Amino acid sequence: MAKSSSLQKTALSKAVKVTSAMADEEEELPIDEQAISASEDEEGSDDERKHNKLLEAISSMGGRKRKKQNERSEASVQVSEFFVNAEGTGDKVNLSDLLGTAEKTPGTSNKTKKQLRNLQNSKETLELPLNKQETEKIQRGIAYEKTATDVSCWKNIIQQNRKAEQMVFPLHQEPLGPKRMEQVVAGWKIQTPLEQEIFRLLHNNSQPVVDPILTPVEEASLKAMSLEEAKVRRAELQKARALQSYYEAKANREKKIKSKKYRKFKKKARVKEFLKQFEEMAKTDPQSALDELKKMEMSRMEERMSLKHQNRGKWAKSKAIMAKYDDSARKAMQEQLQMNKDLTQKIVVLSDDEHESKDEELDTVPDFVNDPEPIIDPVNPWMKGQLTREEPEVSCVTPEVSCVTPEVSCVTPEDAETAAEENEEEELIREFERKRKRRQAEEEGSTPMEEKEHTSEVVGEDVVDISDNEENDDKEEEEEEEENDDKEEEEEDVSEFNTLFKLMRSEKTQEGQEDGEGLLDEGPIRVRNIEDLEVLGEVLEPQPNVAPSLPQTAVVEATSAPTNKKNREIKLNEVLTKEAKVINVPFLPTVVEEEHDEQISIIKEAFAGDDVISDFIKDKRKQEAAGRPKVVDLTLPGWGEWGGVGLKPSRWKRRRFRVRMAPPPPRQDQKLPDVIISEKRNASLAPHQVSQLPFPFQNTAQFESCIRTPIGQTWNTQSVVKKMTTPKVVTTMGAIIEPMVKEDFIKNKTTTPAAKGPTLMFGDGKGRRSTKRPSEKNQGRSQKRKK
Amino acid sequence: MAAPMPEDSARKHVGKKNKKKPSKRYWEESENTDQRPEEEQNKDVQNQNEETVKETSLKSKKDESAPLEKKDPFPGEAPIPKERLQKFKRGEKRRAPAGARRTLKETIVFSESVSALAQKQAARYDLLLPEDAGFLEGDEDEDTCTISQDDIADAVDITSGSKYFNLHLSQFGPYRLDYSRNGRHLLLGGKKGHVACIDWQSKDLMCEMNVMETVNDVKWLHTEAMFAVAQNRWLYIYDSKGVELHCVKKFNDVLKMQFLPYHFLLATASATGFLQYLDVSVGKEIAAICTKMGRLDVMAQNPYNAVIHLGHPNGTVSLWSPNQKEPLVKMLCHRGAVRSLTVDKTGMYMVTSGLDRKLKVYDIRAFKPLHSCFLPAGASCLSLSQRGLLSATTGDIVQVYQNVCGSSPLSKPYMAHRLRGQVCGVAYCPFEDVLGIGHGQGFTSMIVPGAGEPNFDALDTNPYRSSKQRQEWEVKALLEKVQPELIGLDPGQLGKVDQASFEQRHKERVEALGFDPLAKEKFKPRKKKKGRSSAGAVEKRKKKVAHEDQRDIIRQSIQEKMEKKKELKEKFKEKKDLGMKTTLDRFKK
Repeated sequence: MAKSSSLQKTALSKAVKVTSAMADEEEELPIDEQAISASEDEEGSDDERKHNKLLEAISSMGGRKRKKQNERSEASVQVSEFFVNAEGTGDKVNLSDLLGTAEKTPGTSNKTKKQLRNLQNSKETLELPLNKQETEKIQRGIAYEKTATDVSCWKNIIQQNRKAEQMVFPLHQEPLGPKRMEQVVAGWKIQTPLEQEIFRLLHNNSQPVVDPILTPVEEASLKAMSLEEAKVRRAELQKARALQSYYEAKANREKKIKSKKYRKFKKKARVKEFLKQFEEMAKTDPQSALDELKKMEMSRMEERMSLKHQNRGKWAKSKAIMAKYDDSARKAMQEQLQMNKDLTQKIVVLSDDEHESKDEELDTVPDFVNDPEPIIDPVNPWMKGQLTREEPEVSCVTPEVSCVTPEVSCVTPEDAETAAEENEEEELIREFERKRKRRQAEEEGSTPMEEKEHTSEVVGEDVVDISDNEENDDKEEEEEEEENDDKEEEEEDVSEFNTLFKLMRSEKTQEGQEDGEGLLDEGPIRVRNIEDLEVLGEVLEPQPNVAPSLPQTAVVEATSAPTNKKNREIKLNEVLTKEAKVINVPFLPTVVEEEHDEQISIIKEAFAGDDVISDFIKDKRKQEAAGRPKVVDLTLPGWGEWGGVGLKPSRWKRRRFRVRMAPPPPRQDQKLPDVIISEKRNASLAPHQVSQLPFPFQNTAQFESCIRTPIGQTWNTQSVVKKMTTPKVVTTMGAIIEPMVKEDFIKNKTTTPAAKGPTLMFGDGKGRRSTKRPSEKNQGRSQKRKK
Repeated sequence: MAAPMPEDSARKHVGKKNKKKPSKRYWEESENTDQRPEEEQNKDVQNQNEETVKETSLKSKKDESAPLEKKDPFPGEAPIPKERLQKFKRGEKRRAPAGARRTLKETIVFSESVSALAQKQAARYDLLLPEDAGFLEGDEDEDTCTISQDDIADAVDITSGSKYFNLHLSQFGPYRLDYSRNGRHLLLGGKKGHVACIDWQSKDLMCEMNVMETVNDVKWLHTEAMFAVAQNRWLYIYDSKGVELHCVKKFNDVLKMQFLPYHFLLATASATGFLQYLDVSVGKEIAAICTKMGRLDVMAQNPYNAVIHLGHPNGTVSLWSPNQKEPLVKMLCHRGAVRSLTVDKTGMYMVTSGLDRKLKVYDIRAFKPLHSCFLPAGASCLSLSQRGLLSATTGDIVQVYQNVCGSSPLSKPYMAHRLRGQVCGVAYCPFEDVLGIGHGQGFTSMIVPGAGEPNFDALDTNPYRSSKQRQEWEVKALLEKVQPELIGLDPGQLGKVDQASFEQRHKERVEALGFDPLAKEKFKPRKKKKGRSSAGAVEKRKKKVAHEDQRDIIRQSIQEKMEKKKELKEKFKEKKDLGMKTTLDRFKK
């Protein structure tokens, strides 16, 4: 502050000087004119000069110093502006003199005018500039602060290094391993214009300049992957590979299994899976579902055509003979027939009605158009008519279809009647179909968004269903979880049963809709259909789920009940708290030597003399007495009283000069009557012991607890020994350890987040830096030295 | 076996899913294939407002069903049972005091962390000790002590059964015995001069001889290559081939010997009442202590702190270290003479038997009797096994007791065995369930299930070591030899700070060195020539120096006095200022 203020002042004073100089010039002008006028008449000039001199002398005699006038050294006839000498430059110019002109001049701003006016008004004198010592002191203080802040940036790193468990020098080791050619060779320069052009292009597109080096993007991606991530990824890949191999092995193994039972299971599972898939497909992808249905229809046809499962084979005939007597044979035959029935049964077409509903949407299309469409066998065109005729029979199965069928049925007779028209109609139908397909394709192409919306809606609904289902499942599973692991198999059975049951149920519901119940259910379904026609295919789906939920849960309860019972059977406490038999074995003194009373008495006699206990007590007393410090008698006979043979120093004197020592600490064996513990110090151990508390510790307990764990290999595992004996400082042989440079840790600071993570170093940037750095440093140092 | 292996591993990897959904058969394909991506599902679940517990569980299940995102079911390190940690605990944990300086805090924190780590690691590595001790269990209504050795030998496997055997050596009188530290070799010494060493498991006789002299005791040294024999007059050292290596004439009339393996010290107790220590590694006598307790024929060592226990005819047991000329501890154990004593491996318990036919168990950390019991005929020889089984011999019978060092008193023997002659020495074989008994008619090896430590430290005592390994071990052991100065009651004394005062330490130093290293040198006048070194002049010079010294002392004392006075004055002034007014103060202006 002080400095700045002084600066301002100096500036001001300069300004003042300048202005005063200007004032001087203005003042001097008239004098000059006089001089010129004087020079014009040369004759009287000498006199005038003399007169002037006289005046001067007089004025000087007056004591008042007058400014000496500059004299013109050369006389000149012409007086031009170039020869104007600054006469009276030393004269003082008042501010007021300038102000008048300043205000008059148009160029000056109001601000400066104001400032000038303020200056004029202010009467304060300027402060003296600080003396040299003071300014130097201030400067020193500032310099100290500056350097202190400069130096304090080392503080952190120093502390960190002091704290560090281990320091490895040199601090920045160049990464091991081979370097790329480009990193090593740095002398190559772009020379020709072509090269320049090329490199400019490359730079502009942020492409690697030297060919194997990665692009910045790639580098960034490499850097982004830290070691952990890489490890995780590697682990994932490994796992995936392992899983793949396991699955392969599994598949191989399974392929080799010849067991019929297993195959049966497998087939069942497949069928189940397929059913599920199909349901899913009906919702999501009706087109493919339709294809599937067609396939199934084909298989049905094949079945119908073939003589399989009709009990006409060799085997069936033999069975037929046996059937009279053998129950199982009969059963087998029935099964065969059942299978035939199942296979030849007409499949309920769920997606049909969806199609129909879609058709309903399109009002322009007549209803009868739909009729032949649903199940078209591309292979066999003859089947078309047949199928349409069969349609009403089938359609009565599903309620939706049934609602449509009247129309169909009313149409079909017409077809039959007008055979001639049929062809035309068929042609028409084909045309319509084509058109519709086109339109559909267009719709699909143009409005995928809509579909997505549909699907999302669908999904929402689905989830409800799923959750419903899975709530039930959850119940089961929770129950299962409660059960022990060793019952897993049973649970598997149960759950399998459940799934089977579900399947059965779904089939039943489909079938059951033929009955009155199905008709009863019809209403709400239709309503839904009308409400949202788009989602028609899915709307059917929740129905079977909702309806049988009650019986299902009942079944679940039924199934869970027995399992619970089984659980109850094996209770831990019941099993474990079986009372162990306490075997009371009588004491068998195997070796009982005959008691010789005589012998005892003999022994007693033998030791009658030596009373062991009293001896011991005596010994102990002696020891105690030896341990006690003796009283020191300092009495000198003859001092202050008579001395000589037969004379004792007086009692008072003896008491006065007897020095009692402090009692020793209590003996260790104080409370053990039959033990004598030696109180002697083990002096031989002392040279091996620590006698002075080492530096940071405040008391012995701290130190002793710090060294309580041995560091040797005998008492520790290898890793712990290594950890305990890590050297504080590690240096690599032959490496030059340079003093730390500021850039090291400052750079570290900025790049710590990046530097922490990746230990994988792919980027050449780092390598380059490290290669360059030492030379830079050296240069810097040499420069410093030069300075 | 081969077939289910990959399946199992597959399970491991798929793991959780299979566990969670037990209904799935392994051949069924997973449901996930046609399920929608899980994220979507989760999102949907989240969208729903119903946040029931079931739903959350469902969600979690779904999360787990993803094989790669599966979490570790047992995160973190494997837990270590507390008891095992306790086993490896070394001292109490200590925290840095609140106001401590940073360096102190750091050192304490570091050392604590390291010791915690060491403890944990040691506890973890305890897993590598898989063997368990055996035991003998009788049928119902059958006492284990009635089971004969033959029955046991028949019941156990052949190798174990072969460990029960008798050596009929009736000629050379009652036998003393010693097992080598790894339990591989047996040394027998008959009273009448018969000495033999055997690899007892292979029954391979290494050497056999008659020293043509009374043999009082035999002892293996640090390896099975050397053994010491206390003969009628001197102590002899032989190698495993029976070649006499040394006759140590400093050690005469030795009755009992003990070998301290980590110190390489052979401690001998003689009939003349001397306890002597021989450093086997350098062949030097470390200490010879006159115990003044008469004939020393009862001896044992404490493996925990290498202190020698001696039993005396006046019923006392004294504890000795080579560093002290008087017993460390002397305790009155019996009314009559002490017949035998033994110390357990941990150094916590001592078992003594005396002529008063009592068997006493002492806690020798507190020097208090734990329990005492009366044996009908007293016990002449005692031995504690590695696992704490006590064998006590009365006449020709050996009894083995269990849980001697527990809180419950002795009730009945665990095993018993009758021998042909009077028992002279018993010793448990290390790392084997075998008790060796030397008696008047030879030697008997008896099977005692549960006697030996099942896990051995192969770097310390390896029963299966080769000769090369033995050599290696020998070098290592010699390098790690513990100096005899460190023997004391508390082996952890070395880790403590010596808190003796400077004077005391100085005194000890003076005693040890024989001179005072800090003493001022006496002035010795220089020899001068030209008659200036005449007696008078020398005396004068001496006086000068003496005066100078005295002046120094006086100056110092005066200064001290002045300082004291000054202090007193100041104190007085302070007192005055504080307002200790006298009656005369009121006349002060």
